[in-house]
Amino acid sequence: MSEYMIIDGIKAEINGEKNVLELARKVGIEIPAFCYDPDLSIYGACRMCMFEDERGRLDAACSTIPKAGMVIKTNTAKLRKYRKMILELLLANHCRDCTTCHMSGKCKLQEFAYKFNIENVRFPNNSCSLSSDQSSYSIVRTPSKCILCGKCVRMCNEIQSVGAIDYAFRGSKMKISTAFDGDIANSPCVGCGQCAAVCPTGAITIRDDADLVWKAIGNPEIEVSVQVAPAVRVGLGEEFGFKEGENVMGKLITALREMGFDKVYDTNIGADLTIVEESNELIHRITKGGKLPMFTSCCPAWIRFAEDKYPELLDNISTCRSPMQMLASTIKATYTGEKKHIHVAIMPCSAKKDEARRDKFKDKDGNPLVDYVLSTQDVVRMIREHGIHFAQLEESLPDVPFKEYTGASVIFGASGGVMEAALRTAVETITGEKLGDVEFKEVRGMEGVKEAEYDVKGLKVKVAVVSGLKNASIICDKVKAGEADYQFIEIMSCPGGCVNGGGQPFVDAFTRSAVDYKGLRASGLYNTDADMSSRKSHENSAVMELYNNFFGEIGGHKAHELLHTHYEPKKK
Amino acid sequence: MFDYSVLDRAIEKFGNEEKSLIAVLQEAQENYRYLPKEIFPYLAEKLNVSEAKIFGVATFYENFSLEQKGKYVIKVCDGTACHVRHSVPILEALRKELGLSEEKKTTDDLMFTVETVACLGACSSAPAITLNNEIYPTMTPESAVALVKSIIEKEGK
Ligand code: SF4
Ligand code: SF4
Ligand code: FES
Repeated sequence: MSEYMIIDGIKAEINGEKNVLELARKVGIEIPAFCYDPDLSIYGACRMCMFEDERGRLDAACSTIPKAGMVIKTNTAKLRKYRKMILELLLANHCRDCTTCHMSGKCKLQEFAYKFNIENVRFPNNSCSLSSDQSSYSIVRTPSKCILCGKCVRMCNEIQSVGAIDYAFRGSKMKISTAFDGDIANSPCVGCGQCAAVCPTGAITIRDDADLVWKAIGNPEIEVSVQVAPAVRVGLGEEFGFKEGENVMGKLITALREMGFDKVYDTNIGADLTIVEESNELIHRITKGGKLPMFTSCCPAWIRFAEDKYPELLDNISTCRSPMQMLASTIKATYTGEKKHIHVAIMPCSAKKDEARRDKFKDKDGNPLVDYVLSTQDVVRMIREHGIHFAQLEESLPDVPFKEYTGASVIFGASGGVMEAALRTAVETITGEKLGDVEFKEVRGMEGVKEAEYDVKGLKVKVAVVSGLKNASIICDKVKAGEADYQFIEIMSCPGGCVNGGGQPFVDAFTRSAVDYKGLRASGLYNTDADMSSRKSHENSAVMELYNNFFGEIGGHKAHELLHTHYEPKKK
Repeated sequence: MFDYSVLDRAIEKFGNEEKSLIAVLQEAQENYRYLPKEIFPYLAEKLNVSEAKIFGVATFYENFSLEQKGKYVIKVCDGTACHVRHSVPILEALRKELGLSEEKKTTDDLMFTVETVACLGACSSAPAITLNNEIYPTMTPESAVALVKSIIEKEGK
């Protein structure tokens, strides 16, 4: 028999929801909340989510388990008064320069102040310093905008097990801080940006590099090329009224040309290149007795994490550069134009902004191979700034010669995608036979840990796919202890993979509960893959042409020089 | 080389888990008279907690100090009772005598630390100060300075 409770007169069926807040969201009622997030532990500190029961008692919806027969109201005179008070208190301690804030229009504090009609804050404003921590290439922290909801702390600790930030000090001095209140760049932060993805205000945002790119575009002496990562195309549309997961690559290319980029390329060809190199490396390690299990290497936040916390596993990580870096070094090495050449990458990721600045990815003159990395969010702002009516744009195709790609590369943006793409190529290479079914469904899906075992002509291949660095650390501990018998492990730092990267369009906590936005974005990629005639990286003729005319052998000398890298433990 | 043996003993006593953090920090505070920077990465590794978390605990409790304190810690009470009975001149006199200020609380030779405290609970003997947790009642700027001088003399011999 089903059990119900009544929320604002609506009969809500209880289906194992963890708390009243979730149940309300399921039936479309948004109880205001600051500190609750469906993926994090309950903190119960903001008190915005109060409801009133039949006897007029108040309780926090995020910390109350739904019970059959409960009758509650989420919006009464008492609650409104209470919430207004909370908002006024928060606003008194908040730097309210909304017009110039990155989160304007998305900020929960701004939204609730508007919804609850706050017209006057009775307390003096004592937080106007806009000083921010700009030390990281990935994220920017502006403490005066923090409402101490603690989501970032829980994200960084519970989901990412990085522990870069925590609460510090006490009482009115309390704040979110690194150890010794030092620069975030000198903390264990890996730049994943997931803290920014859950911060309800503008207190943590992804670094914006648009100005630098506008400057390059505006200079006629400079040729500006750009590459676009797979996950961007299924995220960006959300900001322009498209459904979650709709692939808007064609329009995006048109927009980028209108904005003034000279050449638009697709990171996918870099992903195909990565798979050709990486599966070659995997087969080599398996057949020639190399270090196993092999970990994937395309996620720069994972690399930072491993360098800091698992130095003993660095030899297990594939030496392949990320698709962004592979494509960038190929583009730069084959550029024949006269003009100075600046290369930009559009990524769903904040950690890529940091990766691009690493010394190992600079040319011999010390210039980064990827001069600037724009997040999906950055590009959304640029499109708006340029006055483009995105939804009305025609679709167009990327430029040659970095245009052709396979279905294998496009799924890179979802957790399990790199694994599946590598398996398609590795299995065909090992067996010498064409795969009947190219889909490895076991490694798909948004779960944090997935495992599968394949019998490749008598050769057992056991794989694991994890997303979220906490999950990664569990697997790493097992590998370290010799308790894991995998050959190949894919790791992406962001839960669900790059589709949920820190640089993707912001998804508020209500939507995070109510919509499977990660899954929808991922299906956008899998659908694109399914529509392709060519779905295996080694069948990308443009890639093979590159080997014939430029790189020579797969895994050969030139490939190593331009497409591979090495790792060193973090200096402490 | 930094001596971690104090921590090792404390960890042995309380267990190498996050739960033990406060107890271990307390031992450290007692032994070093503050929480030296060096212990953060060490404890983070041993107790499997982040340095940011240890910093959070260290800044939450007033008993923990992140700065090295002097051999003699003088706390001048600035509770209401002491304040109205002129505790501020005492503080100023001590700071002047030792070349200290609100920002610089400890002398370079690590002999004295002068700080204020909200209330010592010794209001009947206001204005009061403590010297290494021992209460000195009804002080004046002169008697406070005399106390400091006598210590310097004792230490200087
Ligand atoms: S970017 Fe990632 S690692 Fe850095 S503070 Fe935020 S959640 Fe933690
Ligand atoms: S920085 Fe953002 S997420 Fe973190 S506590 Fe402050 S408001 Fe909350
Ligand atoms: S107390 Fe429930 S959301 Fe903050």
